[in-house]
Amino acid sequence: MTETTSVLALRGISKGFGAVQALAGVDFEVRPGEVVALVGDNGAGKSTLVKVMSGIYAPDEGEYHFAGRPVKVNGPQDAADLGVATVYQDLALADNLDVVANLFLGHELTNVGPQLDETRMEQRAHELLGTLSTTIPSVRTVVASLSGGQRQQVAIARSLLGEPKVVLLDEPTAALGVPQTRQVLDLVRRLRERGLGVVVITHNLADVFEVADRIFVLYLGRPGGDFAASDVTPEDVVAAITGVHNGNGNAKEATA
Amino acid sequence: MSTATPPVSETDVLPRSRAEFLQRFTQGDFGSLRVLITLAVIWLIFALANDRFLSAINLTNLALQIAGIGLISVGVVLILLLGEIDLSVGIVSGLCAAIMAVLNVKHGWAPVPALAAAIVAGLAIGTFHGFIHTRFGVPSFVVTLAGLLGWQGVLLWVLGDTGTINLNAPLIVDLAGTFFADAIGWIIAVVLIAVYAAVTFSGRMGRVRAGLDAPPVGALVVRVVAVAVPVLLTVWIVNQDRGLPLALVILVGFVILFDYVTQRTTFGRHIYAVGGNEEAARRAGIDVRRVRTVVFALGSMMAACGGIMLASRLLAVNQSSGGSDLLLLAIAGPVIAGTSLFGGRGRVWSALLGALVIGSISNGMDLLAYSSDTKFMVTGAVLLGAVVVDAATSKRRSRAGRV
Ligand SMILES: Nc1ncnc2c1ncn2[C@@H]1O[C@H](COP(=O)(O)OP(=O)(O)O)[C@@H](O)[C@H]1O
Ligand SMILES: [Mg+2]
Repeated sequence: MTETTSVLALRGISKGFGAVQALAGVDFEVRPGEVVALVGDNGAGKSTLVKVMSGIYAPDEGEYHFAGRPVKVNGPQDAADLGVATVYQDLALADNLDVVANLFLGHELTNVGPQLDETRMEQRAHELLGTLSTTIPSVRTVVASLSGGQRQQVAIARSLLGEPKVVLLDEPTAALGVPQTRQVLDLVRRLRERGLGVVVITHNLADVFEVADRIFVLYLGRPGGDFAASDVTPEDVVAAITGVHNGNGNAKEATA
Repeated sequence: MSTATPPVSETDVLPRSRAEFLQRFTQGDFGSLRVLITLAVIWLIFALANDRFLSAINLTNLALQIAGIGLISVGVVLILLLGEIDLSVGIVSGLCAAIMAVLNVKHGWAPVPALAAAIVAGLAIGTFHGFIHTRFGVPSFVVTLAGLLGWQGVLLWVLGDTGTINLNAPLIVDLAGTFFADAIGWIIAVVLIAVYAAVTFSGRMGRVRAGLDAPPVGALVVRVVAVAVPVLLTVWIVNQDRGLPLALVILVGFVILFDYVTQRTTFGRHIYAVGGNEEAARRAGIDVRRVRTVVFALGSMMAACGGIMLASRLLAVNQSSGGSDLLLLAIAGPVIAGTSLFGGRGRVWSALLGALVIGSISNGMDLLAYSSDTKFMVTGAVLLGAVVVDAATSKRRSRAGRV
């Protein structure tokens, strides 16, 4: 639990929007090869915390550590340069383009001048999707004809092209059916196998217990519990999310 | 669920069965095939009604008639791919032609600098539209509507009291007035086909070498033949009249150039991305404003080229240059030929095919001595038919989960 082992760590993060204190004194970390589920009620500050990690929000207070060193993150580009990739809830894929074009959008491979190197892009797309064992039928499929789960897989695969060390997923299984959710969770496991640190926001406790190594609870912008997934029951987590029982203190001590 | 996904819709994969062909045809996967059928029907009707329609002299005239509007439509396609519209392309074509004419005739500029000035003026006007559109978030519809009015004023001002300026500088009138000798026409055709075949087959070889699945050789042969036949037929026909018109070579050249830019370059890819999902493009790090501004600049540049071609054919520029139905037809053409008004879907070829459809209607009606009232009504009906078919097929397509 020390900084030498965590790839991304936040210390004492606070962030307010006017009168709303969205985050207050939050410590958070994720280690390589670890899946951390970030849970909490609506408005608990999950998205805000992810946006601090992805550089979209500058915290009012607190430190950002990457690979054990304090770093300055001013904007999403800084976070991306460090190796923090974010997959947002609204996937932002271009429906009219095929899988290869979406994977490389904005970072196309070229051969002569600005001429697209379709062959090399398609090869790399095959490699990437192959190692991830995605269920995408063909890399030349137009994205509009993919299922929700397949689109999510494209979005996640896309974030891996920049060789990140940490991947942040905001509600990757929201609005997906059971089989599609399974596909996405399988993919999350393979990110872990690749040694990436993964942070998953989710509302679904079944998902949490299926993939997470650690469960981090936010309650009204404050740390509401930090559990090893194997140590707790869903009831414990629900209690921490809703703030009933004397949840906070005990939960922390349980894993400390 | 992968099992529930419709069959893979690889861009160039040929349908496997007749049922699949019919299904994809009604879903609009073969947009250009549909317009070719439309064209065939129109030609058949006019050929039956008047045997002069398919004569070499008339088809050569048709090529000359569509060159100017086709060039304007090339720029319109780029703008439609963004999901935007440019209502000023007609008047900008007139204004740029007027700039060329005034510089050449009144100020004694040589043809080349006068032509260059007209094209640069087009680029500058489009950049200005793009700038206002992107920096102030004004819808392109409004910016270019203001342009339609404003540039009309500038056109009248540039022409001054003269009203009409007649053109006689060699290079300028040669644009629409040059016909290649028969042999040169054949050479151009053969080179074009050879290059297309080389690109097609070397692309396949590259895929095979990279271990990617490649289309069967037979399918590529069919594709090369499908290009070779109309090209050779065209040259054969025009060679029976005055020969291959330079104007047609210029139009096809620009179509090929911009088809390459849109299909094979990063910039083209970014145009489709912005037209398909602007937010996705922005998050992918694409400079959306830059893409938009450059597209508007290119759109007006092509309007300038079209205006020059029209002036060269008319041998004059006057106060009605770029006016009348030019704008509407330049936009209607690509839409008839399958380019979506909603962005992200369409090919530059639709500029050529659309101009052919519209030009054929107009030319055939002229031959049959119909007046322009009938011409407008028929063209309107064809446009309406095309957009209705487009809307219906894209509905069917989205039900089947395809773009
Ligand atoms: N950009 C913002 N401006 C003002 N208030 C915000 C903003 N973003 C979040 N908040 C507020 O901060 C709190 C935490 O929000 P958020 O991080 O989105 O929660 P969650 O993702 O856990 O549902 C909420 O009270 C929300 O209203
Ligand atoms: Mg949220």
